[in-house]
Amino acid sequence: MSTSHAAATTEHVEHELGFFRKYIFSLDHKIIGIQYLLTSMVMALIGGVLAMLIRLQLGFPGWRWPELQALMPGGFQNGVLKPDFYLALVTMHGTIMIFFVLTTALSGGFGNFLIPLQIGARDMAFPFMNALSYWLYPPAVVLLLAAFVVTGGAPSSGWTAYPPLSAVAQAAPGSGLGQTLWLLSLVVLILAFLFGGLNYITTVLQLRARGMSMLRLPLTIWAMFITALLMLLSFPVLTAAVIMLLFDRLAGTSFFVPEVVVGGQLLSHTGGNPILWQHLFWFLGHPEVYVLILPPMGMVSDILAANSRKPIFGYPFMVGSMAAIGILSFLVWGHHMYTSGMHPLVGMAFMTTTLAIAVPSAVKTFNWLATLWRARIRFTPAMLFAIGFVSLFVTGGLTGVFLAQPPVDIQMHDTYFVVAHFHFVMASAAMFGVFAGVYHWFPKMFGRMLNERLGRLHFWLTFIGIYATFFPMHFLGFAGVTRRYYAYQLFERLRDVQPLNTAISIAAFGLGLAQLLFIANFVYSLFWGPRAERNPWRATTLEWQAPSPPPHGNWGAVEPEVHRWAYDYSVPGAPEDFIPQTTPAAAVAAPAHGHGGHA
Amino acid sequence: MSALQTLEKPRADRPPPHGPAAGEGPGRGPGDGAPALQPARVATWLLVGVVTILFASFSSTYLARRTLADWRPVAMPPILWVNTAMLLASSAALEVARRAAPRGRKAAARRATAVAALLGAGFLVGQVMAWRALVAAGVYLATSPHSDFFYLLTGAHGLHLAGGLVALGYAWWRAGRVAVPTTAQAATLTTVAVYWHFVDVLWLYLLVILFWT
Ligand code: HEM
Ligand SMILES: [Cu+2]
Repeated sequence: MSTSHAAATTEHVEHELGFFRKYIFSLDHKIIGIQYLLTSMVMALIGGVLAMLIRLQLGFPGWRWPELQALMPGGFQNGVLKPDFYLALVTMHGTIMIFFVLTTALSGGFGNFLIPLQIGARDMAFPFMNALSYWLYPPAVVLLLAAFVVTGGAPSSGWTAYPPLSAVAQAAPGSGLGQTLWLLSLVVLILAFLFGGLNYITTVLQLRARGMSMLRLPLTIWAMFITALLMLLSFPVLTAAVIMLLFDRLAGTSFFVPEVVVGGQLLSHTGGNPILWQHLFWFLGHPEVYVLILPPMGMVSDILAANSRKPIFGYPFMVGSMAAIGILSFLVWGHHMYTSGMHPLVGMAFMTTTLAIAVPSAVKTFNWLATLWRARIRFTPAMLFAIGFVSLFVTGGLTGVFLAQPPVDIQMHDTYFVVAHFHFVMASAAMFGVFAGVYHWFPKMFGRMLNERLGRLHFWLTFIGIYATFFPMHFLGFAGVTRRYYAYQLFERLRDVQPLNTAISIAAFGLGLAQLLFIANFVYSLFWGPRAERNPWRATTLEWQAPSPPPHGNWGAVEPEVHRWAYDYSVPGAPEDFIPQTTPAAAVAAPAHGHGGHA
Repeated sequence: MSALQTLEKPRADRPPPHGPAAGEGPGRGPGDGAPALQPARVATWLLVGVVTILFASFSSTYLARRTLADWRPVAMPPILWVNTAMLLASSAALEVARRAAPRGRKAAARRATAVAALLGAGFLVGQVMAWRALVAAGVYLATSPHSDFFYLLTGAHGLHLAGGLVALGYAWWRAGRVAVPTTAQAATLTTVAVYWHFVDVLWLYLLVILFWT
């Protein structure tokens, strides 16, 4: 049995595939991960351009941009950005960044690339389903972006698609075909996530290398595993909601739509309840934000340990706190709906569960800091972004604790204070997770090194740019600036915030430009970067035992065998300051006999 | 000396790193036997979880919606009872197949699988007839909130059942292949049965909430 297995895998490894099968319709988890990552980067570019347009309007309201009108004739009138286009920009920016960039890059990209490598498997449990998962992503992108060019343009209902704005075609210009395309695109993408999630969980449960017990998994894998569970448990809820909303739009049902009068005309819907949509949406929506933050939490833990040359502090607590966050994230969705007419007692229950999430979050933060404490830190770009992640997560998490309390939130809801909160945790912290991951695993993915000086410059510009852009938004929120306003200066009381908004826009443009450094570094290093060795960071986890980049099948003829946890850094008495997970105890126990630290 | 070896917290119950059961999980290193559970079985249970959540979302909306003022129950077509009986019989037939397969009674297992699939297909035909009965009574998709949900729930369930039919067809085809060992055929049958019985129970649940207006 075992010999035939080994023979089959050797044949598997040496089988050469054509270019098309190898890089385009590949079943290899590494290629699929890289495809997810690169597509997400393209989407990040598109989402970033949309953000710049939003900031253009907010920082310089009423200015004329005839050059932009030439590029986007539908979005401008007399050179001025149109209100409905502004709302379309906000909707599409949020949708793209949350679903098409962060989810796809973190779970799709790093999840696919790292899971089999870090658990010592040759591939995912279902490689074909994995490829299918990726190949649903481009069609979803096409459906989504098509919304920009159909009559009426892209939807105006925000990434949360609240009815009736999203349900009634007459509600806004983008509520027609554009909104339908948006909903269809989401269904396709959710299917991709579900295929991915099924695969990740099965793979982690079934295909771990010999000796890789669950409590020896690197924290990255634990994070991906819990994230996949969250996806499986939350995305079907959005699917159900989207299907019902599509019925409301296309078949005249009344799940979410009450009697509505548009333009003096009563529509045929009766008796539906838009609040039901909010419950379903946020039952997905809140776990979804943890789908975006758990993978960075895991990746950052591993990067911090490797670059502090210290074991991660409190490994079992790190696992436990991620599990606690995962469970609690299903019990807090009501904190997005305090102003929906919710009974105060229900609001208090949601406040309690929400505040409870701060406990495991704090456990993680203290463990990261304890890992850094008195460490000989190596400030690689990945490490800088990982430390930056901790800073941004704390800043964003603290405002979350404010918002968790109904008396505060009823004042702050839908203001720029909330925008500041979620841009710190998602746009900043989760994005820093992506950057840290790319700087750390680029050598393994492509077999070349990124330029470290450019990477450090990129970090500092991004870190400063982020605080300059998003921190002042808290003050806008205090001043009462509401999110999604096209022309806040129409209100007498908000005229004074104009200079602050202009400053934020300038900071945002700088932040956007700084990302070009990253793209340049990425593209240049891909072709001309110095060759990477097997283990450039001298890290312990299994992927660094494979060649850079690993071949098809990852491990050659013999699969790795695991003898220790993932955090044996600076073991007293060991010949080197790290011991790979594959090193048997005996090889280290006898340094006097001249054994090397690793195979 | 052993204190030098690792910073890992010692665990009393940790198995020694050598030997086939080194990991807590089945693992698949060299020398390991086959995994305890097929990946397909794990994935099927996960799929059952996913579909459960989907229908929990539909039906929680249903339960909330039916408390609103405009709720008017629709008379359920009686053919639903016949359909339900067919689906239950189908599950029973699949159990017969599942008992026969590991005992090497291949032909009997295959025949029972076919019966299960045919009864399942009969259920789908019956559901379409239920729809036609409602249409004949003038009850359409957007007629009332209850009819909204009737078509939505039966339609969504029908699609999931159709997927199960494809899986049954696969099990039937595989049962006819001599090259496939009996144990593998039995395992496939069990995996398919997990899903099929689930779709069956799901229907019973939907039936209860649709009638209980
Ligand atoms: C300590 C942890 C956290 C707490 C207590 C918390 C609390 C809250 C509360 C109460 C709101 C509702 C504000 C309102 O709409 O009025 C909110 C909004 C939001 N939070 Fe958090 N949060 C936390 C962490 C996170 C994390 C880690 C993420 C994402 C990675 C996140 C993403 C968001 C998003 C996207 C919104 C706004 C959604 C929208 O209305 O568009 N939060 N948070
Ligand atoms: Cu939330």
